[in-house]
Amino acid sequence: MPDTTDTAAPYQTIIGLEVHVQLLTKTKLFCSCENRFGAAPNTLTCPVCLGLPGSLPVMNREAFRLAVRAATALNCTIAEFTKWDRKNYFYPDLPKGYQISQFDLPFSEHGQLEAIDPKGAFPPRMVRILRVHLEEDAGKSMHDEAAGTGDSRIDLNRTGTPLLEIVSQPDLRSAAEARCWLNELRLLLVYLGVSDCNMQEGSLRVDANVNLHIPCDGGRVAKTPIVEIKNMNSFRSVERALTYEVARQYEEWQATGKELGSAPKQTRGWDDAAGITRGQRHKEESSDYRYFPEPDLVPVTLTADQIDEVRRGMPESPRALRQRLEETWQISAYDADVLVGQGRALVNYFETLARLVEDGKVASNWMQQDVLRTLNERGIAIADFPVAAEGLATVIGRVKKGDFDTSRGREIFAEMINSGRSADDVISEMGIAAVGDDELMTLCRELVEGNPKIVADVQGGKEQAAAGLIGQAKKKNPNVNPGKVRALCLEIIRGMS
Amino acid sequence: MQPTELSAVELVAAVANGDLTAVACTQAALDRIAALDAGTNAFLHVDRDGALAAAEAVDAKRAAGQPLGPLAGLPVGVKDALCTRDMPTTCASRMLEGYRPPYDADTVARLRAADAVIIGKTNMDEFAMGASNENSAFGPVRNPWDPTRATGGSSGGSAACVAASMVTASIGSDTGGSIRQPAGLCGVTGLKPTYGRVSRRGLVAFASSLDQIGPMGHSAADCGLVLETIAGHDPLDSTSLNEAVPAYTQLLEEPLAGVRIGRVPAHFGDGLDPEVAAAVEEGFRVLEAAGATIHDIDLPHAKYGVATYYLIAPCEASSNLARYDGVHYGHRTKEPCRSDAFDSPLVEMYCRSRAEGFGPEVKRRVMLGTYALSAGYYDAYYKRALQVRRLIRQDYQEAFSKVDLIGGPVSATPAFPLGEKTDDPLAMYLLDLYTVTTNLAGVCGISFPCGFTGSGLPVGYQLQGPALAEPLLLRAADRFQRLTEWHRRRPTTA
Repeated sequence: MPDTTDTAAPYQTIIGLEVHVQLLTKTKLFCSCENRFGAAPNTLTCPVCLGLPGSLPVMNREAFRLAVRAATALNCTIAEFTKWDRKNYFYPDLPKGYQISQFDLPFSEHGQLEAIDPKGAFPPRMVRILRVHLEEDAGKSMHDEAAGTGDSRIDLNRTGTPLLEIVSQPDLRSAAEARCWLNELRLLLVYLGVSDCNMQEGSLRVDANVNLHIPCDGGRVAKTPIVEIKNMNSFRSVERALTYEVARQYEEWQATGKELGSAPKQTRGWDDAAGITRGQRHKEESSDYRYFPEPDLVPVTLTADQIDEVRRGMPESPRALRQRLEETWQISAYDADVLVGQGRALVNYFETLARLVEDGKVASNWMQQDVLRTLNERGIAIADFPVAAEGLATVIGRVKKGDFDTSRGREIFAEMINSGRSADDVISEMGIAAVGDDELMTLCRELVEGNPKIVADVQGGKEQAAAGLIGQAKKKNPNVNPGKVRALCLEIIRGMS
Repeated sequence: MQPTELSAVELVAAVANGDLTAVACTQAALDRIAALDAGTNAFLHVDRDGALAAAEAVDAKRAAGQPLGPLAGLPVGVKDALCTRDMPTTCASRMLEGYRPPYDADTVARLRAADAVIIGKTNMDEFAMGASNENSAFGPVRNPWDPTRATGGSSGGSAACVAASMVTASIGSDTGGSIRQPAGLCGVTGLKPTYGRVSRRGLVAFASSLDQIGPMGHSAADCGLVLETIAGHDPLDSTSLNEAVPAYTQLLEEPLAGVRIGRVPAHFGDGLDPEVAAAVEEGFRVLEAAGATIHDIDLPHAKYGVATYYLIAPCEASSNLARYDGVHYGHRTKEPCRSDAFDSPLVEMYCRSRAEGFGPEVKRRVMLGTYALSAGYYDAYYKRALQVRRLIRQDYQEAFSKVDLIGGPVSATPAFPLGEKTDDPLAMYLLDLYTVTTNLAGVCGISFPCGFTGSGLPVGYQLQGPALAEPLLLRAADRFQRLTEWHRRRPTTA
């Protein structure tokens, strides 16, 4: 398989991703504490998530339901029998000294999700998913190194939050593919309503495994040691870190010749400010989590019917939605990608608009140029957008009728957004009225008569000089249609010769 | 009427009909503890004020004509492994010295709701690990029948406080025999219910798949009375059984005629004290006299019980006790933790806190379990142990297709001198020989006195039954106690 981003590179890049996603449940995975970001530290806790002596976990069925929904959307096989295991390790933000997770019998395996670049920078890449399992999140450690005391503070609000671990096979072949795949994954999970996938709040976290396959003389392929990259806090960071790491590994291989197997798997942290990865202590390699079945919980069983029911309840995936928008509304793959990328509510707005104006392309243009710009400027979601699709459709309809041109329509739309008033109100308030044919003819005659130089230029073959007439027309009457003015003036001038 | 001489059934009836006040019962228990417990060390904490307040509340309730709970006025000792929000819960460990949980164990909550009076928290082997109660960080419990001897364990305090009539009933926990063995060595009756019959919520975990809370008292009827209150489904314990709770004390009248009791010949091999063997064999005769039939049966994998138990229990314990790391609660070292000998100050804090906070037996088991779960050893030890556990469970299923109950000894010897086995962990582990398989199979068992040695030490008889056979188990033990007087004997210290 060729490297798709840099065909000139003397190696093939091999990337696998491990993604952790917090599920959008009301309560935590094993207790009834609220699952919510942003509360004062250690206020969303109880004996269970604090790991107090004698406390026992009880599984949150809603978390399991969301997990099965996500895995189904990722085309995974759902197990009819799954169990919980303890992953044992000591850390201050893990109050029980073990994490309840899934080891040898995850609830789902063998899925796939495709990475498709809307700009076509690389051909679609199908990425296999090794497994998806459910586990509890740990607390959050804040190391107060700046204060010089070396104090660490622990917030256990996050402890016990349901966490989905999605492990891909090493099927990605470039940093750009990795970023694209992550975008697709995030979008899918948001569409499913299983997670908000907010990297800033830590509800989506990514670790990347990367190494290089380097063809050598005699057909041998040298494989560089696998590096796991951590601490990436945006998809852009993931792409930058992988790009950096690929180059670093190639340089290191050229310098040392070290190959997979001759060096242990290394963990490197991404330093976003410095733009480099740094080696971390080798503790991970020696850790032995002593997994064993969690005796405090019973195994979970699902019937084939229950699994089918989840499958039947699947919403349209972003990928299917893009295809449908392209086909139904005749818009480009790129436009469909932009619209779908904004979420289902915006797509619904678009589809309403397109139906009303009976033109997907025009509706898409207005969405991207006007609606999206406003959303971005104001930092609001489509749900909070002040103009309904019906209002925008009225403006577009009037433009199509020729009552005013597109730029005038955009001014009207902007005013509707600002004032929250209807299209009709804004149009009449701005004094916009259709200009009658007679009125327009009179105006054009006056212009031609008053501008002999422009007339001479046009007659001399410089038709673009007519633009000066249009500017004057708009000054005299802002409601005139520039196209009509131009056509009429040219007609009059031609009639003069 | 001396309240401390009554059975639980009698005392509750006396309080209910006004012959005794709850305060009088509580005061009698407190007085007896004050007089005797310096020598016995059965209690780690006595909640004098709380107990009297609870008793006053019961009396006030009665005076106001309100209905009383089924255990109204009953003085109860609770093993210090159960969480109590108004008393320390230490598990007899330095690690949890002074620790006060923010919630009551389900069993404690049920006792309170039934108007029982919780007198205090009883001594135990540290984190319930031991068979002599010598592993308590706060000193061993002395056997009321002979203060130079051990009570057995780990619920030694709960056994001794009943044996010495300080309280009328107590709560213990049994992971491999920790209720039945001390009951046997102290001459009281102790029931280990079916796994899941009593909620484990609030029981500080030792080995989660084996731990079970149960009642201890002077008789099977008393155990049945307490079990009626503490048993039942708890939606907050995923392993709790969602099965109706029978009225155990109402099911004791049916005769034993036709009940088949198994006898395992291998139980009477080398190592069984002759006096114990004689008393236990005599126990079979008593049951026969009551109408039961005795049948020799085999539990072919029972001989692997101790080995299996000492893998599964330490493995689970090594994980369950990981939380005692000095970070959030419990003992934390006062050493500065700046030594270069450790990976980091954090690791040094962990190591020192746990080294200081845990006693030798707890450390031994945490190390055993950690080792057995480690990569490369898991299959050979833990996984193999789970396989043998399944075989032991099948043995029981097979046996219970032929007999209704299985009788036999509780432990190979009567109470042994304090210190005799403390330097020999293996000898101590073998004390669990007759009891661990009950827990491995998840079934129920009861221990009650069936005789005394020539030197006046009680001998216990064990009956085991299939899952949820507590009604039959209690009925057989009760029938035994109607035909014998052993359970009425009291130590002379009293």
